[in-house]
Amino acid sequence: MLRLSCPFCGPRDEREFHCGGQSHIQRPGPAEAVSDASWGSYLFDRINPRGHHAERWHHSFGCGRWFNVLRDTTTHHILAVYAMTEPVPDMVQSDSVA
Amino acid sequence: MREGLKSAPAWGAAWRDAAPGPAYDVVIVGGGGHGLACAYYLAKNHGIRNVAVIEKGWIGGGNSGRNTTVVRSNYYYPASARLYDFSVDLYEKLHSELNYNIMFSQRGMITLAHSRHDMEAAVKWVGAMNANGVATRMLTRADIARAVPFLDMSADARYPVLGGFAQEKAGTARHDAVVWGYARAADRLGVDIIQNCAVTGFMRSADGAIAGVETTRGTIACGRVGLAVAGSSTTLADLAGFRLPVSSYALQAFVSEPIKPVIDTVVLSLATGMYVSQSDKGGLVVGGGLDHYLSYAQRGNLPVAGNVLGALAEQFPALARVRLLRQWAGIVDVVADSSPILGRTPVPGLFINCGWGTGGFKAIPAGGTLLAHHIATGDPHPLAAPFSLDRFSTGALIDEAGASGIAH
Amino acid sequence: MNLRSQPLRSQPHRLPTGGLIDRDRPLRFTFAGRRYTGYAGDTLASALLANGVRVLGRSFKYHRPRGLLGAGAEEPNVLVTVGEGAWAVPNLRATEVPLYDGLVAAPVNCWPGVGFDIGAINNVFSRFLSAGFYYKTFMWPDWHLFEGFIRKAAGLGKVENLPDPHRYETCFAHCDVLVIGGGPAGIAAARAAARSGARVLLVEQDAVLGGRLNHDDAMIDGLGAPAWIRSAERELAQAPETRILRNTAAVGYFDHNLVALLERVEWDPARLATPGQAACRFWQVRAGRVILATGAIERPLVFGGNDRPGVMLASALRQYVNRYGVAPGRRAVIFTNNDDAYTTAFCLADAGVEVAALVDARKAPEDLAAQLRGRGIALHDMSVICDTRGYKGLKAVRLRDASGRMGWIDCDLLGMSGGANPTAHLFCQSGGRLRYDEEQALLRPGPAVQAMEVAGGANGTLALGPALEEAHAAAMRALEGMGQMPAAIPAPRAQASRTATITPLWSVAGGKSKAFVDFQNDVTLADIGQAHRENFVSVEHLKRYTTLGMAPDQGKTSGVNALAIMASLSGQSIDATGTTTYRFPFTPVPLGALRGSATGPLFRPVRRMPGHACHAALGAVFEEYGGWQRPSCYLRPGETPHAAEQREAAQVRRAVGLFEGSPLGKIEVKGPDAARFLDLVYANTLSTLKVGRCRYGLMLNEQGVIIDDGVAARLGEDHFLVGTTSAGADRIAAWLEEWLQCEWVDLDVVIAPVTAQWGVLTLSGPQARAVLARAGTDIPIDAAAFPHMSVRDGYVADIPARVMRVSFTGEMSFEINVPADRVDALYQALMAAGADMGIVPVGVEAWMILRTEKGYLHIGVDTDGTTNPLDVGWARVLGKKVDFIGKRSLLRPADQAPDRLQLVGLEAMDGPDHLPVGSHLRLAGRGDGSDGYVSSSVFSPTLGRGVALAMIHGGHKRLGEAVTILCAAGERPARIVELASYDPSGERLND
Repeated sequence: MLRLSCPFCGPRDEREFHCGGQSHIQRPGPAEAVSDASWGSYLFDRINPRGHHAERWHHSFGCGRWFNVLRDTTTHHILAVYAMTEPVPDMVQSDSVA
Repeated sequence: MREGLKSAPAWGAAWRDAAPGPAYDVVIVGGGGHGLACAYYLAKNHGIRNVAVIEKGWIGGGNSGRNTTVVRSNYYYPASARLYDFSVDLYEKLHSELNYNIMFSQRGMITLAHSRHDMEAAVKWVGAMNANGVATRMLTRADIARAVPFLDMSADARYPVLGGFAQEKAGTARHDAVVWGYARAADRLGVDIIQNCAVTGFMRSADGAIAGVETTRGTIACGRVGLAVAGSSTTLADLAGFRLPVSSYALQAFVSEPIKPVIDTVVLSLATGMYVSQSDKGGLVVGGGLDHYLSYAQRGNLPVAGNVLGALAEQFPALARVRLLRQWAGIVDVVADSSPILGRTPVPGLFINCGWGTGGFKAIPAGGTLLAHHIATGDPHPLAAPFSLDRFSTGALIDEAGASGIAH
Repeated sequence: MNLRSQPLRSQPHRLPTGGLIDRDRPLRFTFAGRRYTGYAGDTLASALLANGVRVLGRSFKYHRPRGLLGAGAEEPNVLVTVGEGAWAVPNLRATEVPLYDGLVAAPVNCWPGVGFDIGAINNVFSRFLSAGFYYKTFMWPDWHLFEGFIRKAAGLGKVENLPDPHRYETCFAHCDVLVIGGGPAGIAAARAAARSGARVLLVEQDAVLGGRLNHDDAMIDGLGAPAWIRSAERELAQAPETRILRNTAAVGYFDHNLVALLERVEWDPARLATPGQAACRFWQVRAGRVILATGAIERPLVFGGNDRPGVMLASALRQYVNRYGVAPGRRAVIFTNNDDAYTTAFCLADAGVEVAALVDARKAPEDLAAQLRGRGIALHDMSVICDTRGYKGLKAVRLRDASGRMGWIDCDLLGMSGGANPTAHLFCQSGGRLRYDEEQALLRPGPAVQAMEVAGGANGTLALGPALEEAHAAAMRALEGMGQMPAAIPAPRAQASRTATITPLWSVAGGKSKAFVDFQNDVTLADIGQAHRENFVSVEHLKRYTTLGMAPDQGKTSGVNALAIMASLSGQSIDATGTTTYRFPFTPVPLGALRGSATGPLFRPVRRMPGHACHAALGAVFEEYGGWQRPSCYLRPGETPHAAEQREAAQVRRAVGLFEGSPLGKIEVKGPDAARFLDLVYANTLSTLKVGRCRYGLMLNEQGVIIDDGVAARLGEDHFLVGTTSAGADRIAAWLEEWLQCEWVDLDVVIAPVTAQWGVLTLSGPQARAVLARAGTDIPIDAAAFPHMSVRDGYVADIPARVMRVSFTGEMSFEINVPADRVDALYQALMAAGADMGIVPVGVEAWMILRTEKGYLHIGVDTDGTTNPLDVGWARVLGKKVDFIGKRSLLRPADQAPDRLQLVGLEAMDGPDHLPVGSHLRLAGRGDGSDGYVSSSVFSPTLGRGVALAMIHGGHKRLGEAVTILCAAGERPARIVELASYDPSGERLND
């Protein structure tokens, strides 16, 4: 079970959170200008990396805020926690224990 | 039986440990059930015997050896029902096909309904399955009480049982035996099984088509490649330069200490998503939902384990005293419509079999047959056609979970 | 019977003195139907041994007689059922069951008894039962024919079909330093951390601290072991932030230093029957740093007949002698490849057990040889034991010396030692990998991957002095790692001891008897050889093919031997052969403990509506709908549920009904961009809604699938109240938040889910307005002032209320929202007001009848996870100019395909009976497959016939067509009709 540091509430157990999946996905639009293929890619294609993954989490049983987490999908180590509006932090591909 | 006993002490190597040759007609990446089955059917159905199966670890070490061994075809949509029913039919004959006892035990599967809504949905699913030619039948409370005596049937149970439905030809099979049986049979037909050989890249010809694979044990030339690498599908697609609508999640499974027989079928609860059967050794084999975030770590997380096993203890009150022996996890390919992706990829000569989600084991004979057919003939097998990759842009999804509310 | 009057000789193997047992507290117990006595402080295993009971179980496959191998969590042989009736728990290790008065135990896996077991026939046929035999046999004609027999023979203990009465509890804890293992290393680490002021949790699976010090005395800091343990315990007890959990095994190591513990609180059914008395506690501990000090488990040696009752681990013998005051035999032989077992020889001799010989596979170290001579114990070094004799108990062992000469030595006890296996299971669970240490011939932890230190035996540091130093240093590092200041205190010092040596001996060939590697699953040396011949060489294949290490002991004694044997067969290194991954849990955990005490209505707690008591008082039948306990109907005396549902529905059409809709989701959406936001999240347009008015809307996901519907009310220019389905209340609130916070971050909108703050009572029917007027309200409620689809604030029955004129029944309806704690008062007031107007309470099922008559959509019933708005007749959303969630998906070819499942009405052509919900149907001229299904179907009391909704392929263009309904009882003719069967023009709504 992960321990995540909500930027608003501090460290909490995973049970309080909900993972919303890959972050920083660009929503294409307007609808009429998007091809079937690129819409399909937006809906379904995910980077699914073996390693660092920028994903968004919701503190659903807490403050209700969404935030971004950079997490290693092979070790589950948390590398960074940052605001929804921030870009992915530059990280070297080395692990650090949060 | 006498034949079996007589031959028992004489068996030699189940398959040769082959070293990679310089070139093959076909290379199958992934030495799990689907990959080995594909190699076997390439040789047997299509006469293509110059085939290598390359496996990064040991054959059967991925999801083929990490699942809960359930085989069934109680699916909603005609395309899915046809696919999985074809697989169950192949399973029924697999022991004689492979001369290997895969211990396919057709003990049936019972799905429990706990509310009016569940019951109405069950009628709908049973109707669909029967219309699709998959025999299932509605069960009354009394039927279920008789078939599953340890289940809490009391009216004040947290999830009262109102009824359910059964697929009688569903069951379980010994998962490792399926892998070893296909490996042994493919080996006898001349297929090279190469372990500890990981793919590091794909070689392409001038026109972009597949020309071979680069591996940790050197390059191997070939005209066609089949990928059957659940849990690593996107990693290999990335190497080949295309995207797959697949995400990797851990699916946990659990086994209890061995106890004398208490459950003689497979039971799934619609309320909790927990399912349980009992192995021939006596262990309760239990599964449930996926973990909640992307993972390639083959270990599960405690809250999900608590949910699944807590549900078992709650719904089978006598089994609360039984003890969990072991938990493990496999990394499964999750696709938005919870149906597999079968057939050609954007790379000419590269074919894929992936996206089986939590249910790839039951589909091994079918998955192998269909992938072999496509590789050998260049055309999708009719059963595989609806499951092509392009459905994600046309929107022609086969959304089993959407239709049933059950994550398959 | 007076226990104290029983002669002591009832325990013939009890030593006259010694042991941590209380000889003043004899305890009576029963094993396999026979009565014995032991003492407080005994385990079931030590008490049985004291009574000279040697055959304690039968093996899993061959049903061979088995006795104790070990003394703790590693014991593979002696699994017992403890307790009777509902309290019976199978498969417990006798070495882990503390003796209590009246304990009743029985061996598992033998019939009729341990002495004579029918299953032992498998032993005779064992050449057919070698590894993998199942795969090659039992195929013809059908595995299922054999399976029943095999399943009955397999399995260990029996579980009675009686609800488990044990109480299990769940606990949570946080600490700076979690020390796992209360042996010398664990005590040293805990003490160092506690002295530095850290919050320390020390867990020990045994009932007492001390670990090996309880059977191997030593001098530490000038104190004897018992005194040193006592002083440490005193100090830890006084440390303000430190806690010790005894009888507690650390069973799981999860991400981010979450460690699961299983605490055994109480065993005795006499005390467990007390309400609230827990049997077990399942702890989840989040630790800043973990210090793993779990020690090591001795390895058996692999030679012919190494499983006979009387062949035991050498270190376990010391435990039985020193800890329990039991002589495990009369005449012993020791067989070893290392120095540690010499201690056992000395210990036995000192306790008065004859030690016939010590057999060392190596050249014996001179100092130890001298000590043997001093005690008159014969030494056979450069020799091995290759076989044993004695079916129900060891009678003799066969010695083979370096020159190959053989000879039998009579004995009833053999202590064997093959070296140590560090107990690194939790280290593996944490994600770490083990490495082979050539010098000590053991697998020890590599680098830690979580915030963990490993010390002592668990780290392969077997000698006491270095283990204490290592543990102390580990505590210091742990504190520094957390930025805490370690206290300047010295490490405990033990009396210096000689450096122990070992020469690996993985197996001894040449015995006639089976040589067991995995005792619990009956896997032999020959099985490993066979697996190798058949190419099951990797450790994963080996374990799956032979089942080695898959038994309840998870290979605690067998794993490393098997690995080394396979490595030598295949010519690979041990590291290359690989270690299997140890998995949660370290020792088996009851399923009940994983659930905890939250059982029955507390298991996924049931939700009740604010008016629950009102409904119960009126005879409500409660069922679970979308997670809520709601009345399905209200039964009158002698009435069936069906009759009640019909009566309630008819009364709404005729007069008026009162329905509680509190679970309906209510979300306030407020801010300058609220209207713009709702245009994005609804498939239809909300920004054109006038203040004070309501509009029905559909929400889609990005795939264009309908995920919810409901009525939105505009309370002000910048203020909306979004209504959702009951099941969607939480989901949609989270959905809106996600879009606001993650996608449209520039929109100036806030949302607040207020579902639980408001209770909702709906008056519906032609008399609804009259009842509302009678109950009293300051809101003008005539049709002109308060038209259908509008919202007003005011008071109803002196309760502050927000009233909406919306309808799910097709009748004039007032949906009255009041603070949740006023529902009760409002309910009473409305029922009283309507008493002479025929008001009835209405349950969910009648509500469903009414909405089906009207053809109103029920999300999740008429739609599923594939239905888009076009399918339910909302093609108009394609004309909406602005973007909305899911819009692009509706433009895909598959979403506009003419043969999609589309919602229509359905009318049976063969009589008034309603069609079964869920039935599939076929269009005219179609012979197989399904063309759709009945999604909703009720008998309408008002129309006197069945009415139904259905999803049919291309249904919108098939109005009037005949279809065949495939009912379970046979086929029925029906035809496709409009959605609304009752009042299609909606006149009754606008009264």
